[in-house]
Amino acid sequence: MFYREAGDFKTSYSDDGQTFPIAFDRWRYYAVMAVAFLVIPFLINDYWEKSILMPFLVWSTVAIGLNILTGYCGQLSLGTGGFMAVGAYASYKLMTAFPELNIFFVVLLSGGITALVGVLFGLPSMRIKGFYLAVATLAAQFFLVWLFNKVPWFYNYSASGQITAPERSVFGILVTGPNAAPWATYLFALVILTGLAWVARNLTRGRVGRSWMAIRDMDIAAEIIGVNPLATKLSAFAVSSFYIGVGGALFFSVYLGAAEVGEAFGIDKSFLVLFMIIIGGLGSIFGSFAGAAFMVLLPVLLKNVLVGGLGWPTDLAAHLQMLIVGGLIVLFLILEPHGLAQLWRIAKEKLRLWPFPH
Amino acid sequence: MSIEALNLIEVLINGLMAGVMYALVALGFVLIFKSSGIFNYAQGVMALFAAMTLVGLQTGQVPFAHLLNAITGMHVTHFGWNMPSGLAILLTLGVMVGLAFLVERLVLKHLVNQEPIILFMATIGLAFFLEGFGDLMWTAEIKQLDVGLPGGLSEWFEGASMALADPEAGYWGMYVDKLDVTAAVVAALLVISLTLFSQYTRAGRALRAVADDHQAALSVGISLRFIWVMVWSIAGLVALVAGIMWGSKTGVQTSLSLIALKALPVLMLGGFTSIPGAIVGGLIIGAGEKLFEYFVTSDAFHGLTGFNIDATENWFAYVLALLFLVFRPQGLFGDRIIERV
Amino acid sequence: MRDTATVEPMLDIRNITLRFGGVVAIRDISFDIRQGEIRAIIGPNGAGKSSMLNVINGFYHPQEGEIWFRGKRRGPMRPHEIARQGLARTFQNIALFKGMTTLDNIMTGRMTRMRSSMLEQALWWGRAEREENAHREKVERIIDFLEIQSIRKTPVGRLPYGLQKRVELGRALAAEPELLLLDEPMAGMNVEEKEDMSRFILDVNDEFGTTIALIEHDMGVVMDISDRVVVLDYGRKIGDGTPDEVRNNPDVIDAYLGVSHD
Repeated sequence: MFYREAGDFKTSYSDDGQTFPIAFDRWRYYAVMAVAFLVIPFLINDYWEKSILMPFLVWSTVAIGLNILTGYCGQLSLGTGGFMAVGAYASYKLMTAFPELNIFFVVLLSGGITALVGVLFGLPSMRIKGFYLAVATLAAQFFLVWLFNKVPWFYNYSASGQITAPERSVFGILVTGPNAAPWATYLFALVILTGLAWVARNLTRGRVGRSWMAIRDMDIAAEIIGVNPLATKLSAFAVSSFYIGVGGALFFSVYLGAAEVGEAFGIDKSFLVLFMIIIGGLGSIFGSFAGAAFMVLLPVLLKNVLVGGLGWPTDLAAHLQMLIVGGLIVLFLILEPHGLAQLWRIAKEKLRLWPFPH
Repeated sequence: MSIEALNLIEVLINGLMAGVMYALVALGFVLIFKSSGIFNYAQGVMALFAAMTLVGLQTGQVPFAHLLNAITGMHVTHFGWNMPSGLAILLTLGVMVGLAFLVERLVLKHLVNQEPIILFMATIGLAFFLEGFGDLMWTAEIKQLDVGLPGGLSEWFEGASMALADPEAGYWGMYVDKLDVTAAVVAALLVISLTLFSQYTRAGRALRAVADDHQAALSVGISLRFIWVMVWSIAGLVALVAGIMWGSKTGVQTSLSLIALKALPVLMLGGFTSIPGAIVGGLIIGAGEKLFEYFVTSDAFHGLTGFNIDATENWFAYVLALLFLVFRPQGLFGDRIIERV
Repeated sequence: MRDTATVEPMLDIRNITLRFGGVVAIRDISFDIRQGEIRAIIGPNGAGKSSMLNVINGFYHPQEGEIWFRGKRRGPMRPHEIARQGLARTFQNIALFKGMTTLDNIMTGRMTRMRSSMLEQALWWGRAEREENAHREKVERIIDFLEIQSIRKTPVGRLPYGLQKRVELGRALAAEPELLLLDEPMAGMNVEEKEDMSRFILDVNDEFGTTIALIEHDMGVVMDISDRVVVLDYGRKIGDGTPDEVRNNPDVIDAYLGVSHD
C-alpha cells in the first residue's frame, strides 16, 4: 500500500534522476545502511565475518568492478583473478615499503596501480572485440599470476613464496593481521565498499555510464554519434580494474591475511566473479551485490545442509555446487539475462501496481 | 650433427606433437563455430566428460555411485565387469550424441538469435554444469585410461637421432612418445575424414550451406535443429578422440578441461572458421611454447639477461595470441573484416 | 523551391573513389551540399549511397578524393571527431542502443557537448549534476518536438519500428548538428508514418536551419521535400540537380527503368 509513486511528484530533473525514486525504497535503503553500520558490528563474530560477511563485501567490490567492464561496457573479461592479484601484491609491496602509510590509502593506491595495469591490458580492445578480447584478458590472467609466482621481488624473496599482511591500523584500531577484531575488518571493508558503490552509481547514471552502454549496445553507431571508442573502453578498463584491485587488496590484506598467488587468484576466481554478475544481473550495481551474496551463500548453504545436515562427503557437495551454478548460469541467460536484479525489479513493478494490476 | 642442434630438434618435435593435441580440441571449436556461430567453451569439458565416461564404462563403474551411497547408505562402486575397449568407445559415442541432442533441446533452442557473447557465457555455464555432472557420475579421482594405444619410447626416433649424432659425443637419442605419434596420425585421419564428410555427403553439404548462410539454408529446407545436433555430435566425437589421447597420456583428471583454454589461442591464430587453420595454429603454439621455454631456461639466456625464469608455457600461448590479435585481428587464415552499418 | 545556388557549399565532395579490395563501391563522385538545403541521394540498391554517407562521416576512408567541410579540406579523422564538427546521422538498419531507455538514447546524442570531468562525474558534484539537468532540458524539448513523451523511460528494444526510427532521429537531433545525414528515414513505414516523418524533417530544416542530406527510396517523398537531388548508379554519379531536372534526365530514367544503351 505504501509502495507508491502517486502523490510523490517530481518537480525537478534532479529529483527525477535520483537513485531511489520511490520514497519506500529510500527508507528501506536507509534501514539497510543503518543495520549494516550500526547493528551488525555489535553482533558479528568470527564465523560470520570469515565465512559470510567479509567474502560478501570483498566479492561485491570486485563484482561491481567486473560489472562496469562487462555489464555496462560490454567487454568480457576473464582476467579478474589476475587483476585482483595485482591489487593484492600492490598492497603488499606498499605496506612493506611504506610502513607509515595508512592502510586506507594503501588500499586505494593498490586500486590505482591495478587501474594502470588494466589500461595496459585493455589497449588491445581498440583492435579486437567480443570473445577475442576475452582471450586477450586470459593472457593477463595467466601472465600476471605467473609473474607474481616467479619473480621473487614481488613476494619480498620470502622462502615460502607466500605474501603475509603485516598489522596495520586505522585510528589505532587493527584492521589487518591475525589480531584484528571481526567488527573492525568488517567496518573497514564496508566503508570502502559503500563509498565505491556510491561512486559507481554516479558514474553509471551520467555521461560516462551512457558512453559505456552505448559502446556495449552498438559500438559503431556510438562512434559515429561522437563517442570516442578507445577512450571509453579504456576508461571502463581503468575504473573496473580500480575496483577489482581494491577488492584484491582487501581480499588479501584484510580477509585472508596471507596468500599464495596461484591458489588465491587463479582462473577459477575470474569465473566466480563472472558468474556473480550473470546471476546477479549484468549492468546493475544492485545485481553485483545480489550476485555476490548468492555465490557466497550457496556453498555455505550446501555445506550446512548436505555435509552438516545429511552427512554427505564434502567433495560430493562441491560437485553438486558446480552443477547447480553451471545450470543456473544457463537458466538465467535463457530466462532472464538481467539476473536477480531484474527479477527484483519485476517484483517491485508488480507491487507498484498492486492491488490494481490494470 | 651437434648435440645442441639435435636437442633443439627434439624440443621442436615434442612441441609439434603437443600442438597436435591442442589442434584436436581446437577442431571441435571450429566445427561448432562454423555451423552456428557459437564459441563453445565447453569443448574441453566435453573431452573430459567423454574420457570419464569411457573409463567408467570400461571398468564397470556404477554411475552416480557416490550420490547413491550418500543417499541410501549403500556401498556400491563397480558392477564387476570389464568392457572391451571397442564396445566402450561405441557406447561413449552414443552418450556424446545423446548429450548433443540434450544440449540442442535444453539450451541452444532457447538461445537462438542471442548475441555471441551471451552464447559464449552460456557455454561457460554448460561447461561447469557438465564438469559437475561428470564428477557426480564418475567421481573426480584421477583415472587410468588404456584403450590399447601404443605408448612409451619410440625406438625409431631414438635410433635415427643417434645415427645422426657424432658417435663419440655420448648422445643418447631423443625421446619421442609413441602415443604422440599415434595422436598425430589419428588427428590427420580425423581431418581427412571430416573433409571428405563435408565435401562428399549430403549432410556435409547441408552443413556447409548452414555455415555459409543460415537464412538461405533454412529457405531451401535444411533443418537447423538437425544440423546443430549433428554438429554437436561430431564435436562430441572429436572430443572423445581428444579425450582418449589426452587421457592416455596424462590420466583422466579435471585439469583436462583446462586444455580448452589452450585451444583458444590456437583459434586466435588459426581463425575460428578454418580447419587447416586450427591445425597450423595448434602446431605453431605447441612448437612455439616449447621452444620459448627451452630458450629462456637455457644457460645462454640466463647468462645474457640474468633472469632465471621458467614455466612460461603457462602464458606464452595467450600472450602470443594477444600480440597476434593486435596486429592481425582476423587470424592467419581469416578473411579481412569489413564492418558495415 | 528555395534558391540556394548563391550559398557557399557546406560540404564539398570532390572526386571520391572508394574500393573494398577489388570491388569499387564509389567511382570518382563529386557533389556538394549547401548550407540550409535538403539534399537527397537516390539510386538503385547497391548504388553506393550508404557507402557515400559512411565516407562523409568518416567511417570509411576513400582511397582517392577530397572532402571539404565549410571551406576547409578535411584531413583523416575518426568518426567521433567528425561528429564533434557538427555531423549527426541516422542509420538504414536502426542502430539504437537497445539496452537503454529512450531518454538515455537521446541524452547520448548530446555526448559531444558534455564537458564535466570523470572525477566530477564520479562524485556527482559541481558541473556533473548541473550539466545533466541542463542537457535534460534540451532533450525534453526534442522529446516534445517528436511527440514521444510517453515512451521516455521505455527501453528502446521494446518499441515498435516506427517509434524506434523517431527516437533515432531524436538522438541525431540532440547533437544540434549543422549537417544531418538520414539513411532511409522512411524505409518500412506506412503512408501515415511517412507523412509524420516528412513533417519532422521539414520542421527540423525550417526551425533549426539544419542542413539535411538524406537517402530515400520513395520517389514521391524525395521529390516533395528535397531542394536538390543527386543520383548514383553502380557507384557512379548519373544525375544532379533540382527534382525536376533529375526527373527529366534520360540517364536517370534509364537507370530506374533498366534500359540499356547500345
